[in-house]
Amino acid sequence: MNEKEYTEYVEKRAKKSPILKNCLFAFLFGGGICTLGQGFFHLYTYLGLEETDARTLVSITLIFIASLLTGLGVFDNIAKIAGAGTLVPITGFSNAVSSQAIDTKSEGYVLGVGAKIFTIAGPVILYGTFTGVIYGVIYYIATLIWG
Amino acid sequence: MDIFLDYLWAFVIGGCICVVAQILIDKTKLTPARILVLYVSLGVVLTAVGLYEPLVKLAGAGATVPLTGFGYAIANGVKKAVDEKGLLGAITGGIEATAGGISAAICFGLVMSLVFSSRPKK
Repeated sequence: MNEKEYTEYVEKRAKKSPILKNCLFAFLFGGGICTLGQGFFHLYTYLGLEETDARTLVSITLIFIASLLTGLGVFDNIAKIAGAGTLVPITGFSNAVSSQAIDTKSEGYVLGVGAKIFTIAGPVILYGTFTGVIYGVIYYIATLIWG
Repeated sequence: MDIFLDYLWAFVIGGCICVVAQILIDKTKLTPARILVLYVSLGVVLTAVGLYEPLVKLAGAGATVPLTGFGYAIANGVKKAVDEKGLLGAITGGIEATAGGISAAICFGLVMSLVFSSRPKK
């Protein structure tokens, strides 16, 4: 197989399975965002915050960065390459909220921005909270039975 | 060296959690919104049965930054609140623990909508 044939072979393979490419980018960007989060976590605990508060502040920091990048129109370009790599970290949640807010501005601030800011965030908050309440009730009953 | 390992695990575990979602997006009909809902709920369930805490111990932000970590925060908040306040905690714990993230996301979102206008999609 000469170089040209090899290139064609590789390209054919690459076209056949964009999923491999997608997964690679998802891994690199997702891992990168988490590593950045770990960096902020070290910084905040170093500055004296306790672990739970530091984690919350890490989330808030990443939410702010993703929100700003969404406003600047940069986030979408990164997300096109990163796929689940920017979607699954808390940055994806932030982007879903901010992009909805910006896109629905023309519909007004109450029923436009105010309502539609929750288009993606709403389901996440609802089902997360609901699953949590079910767990809480089961856990409460369990503590009553087993102390 | 320990610090280096912290970052390495955060990178690897965080990356892997995203790859699973990417495979789900590419191979199933799950939309990104459904993935997010699935992940947050899964995070609550995995934490409830005790499987997620070890992952957080190992990977730190690699496990807490993905949306499953949002579920982890909800479940931990609920548990703590039930320990302190009984059944009332089951209702209040989840939102309390995630208040920072939710509040930040919607407030920053509103501010961004005041500052920026939407661009035509390319």
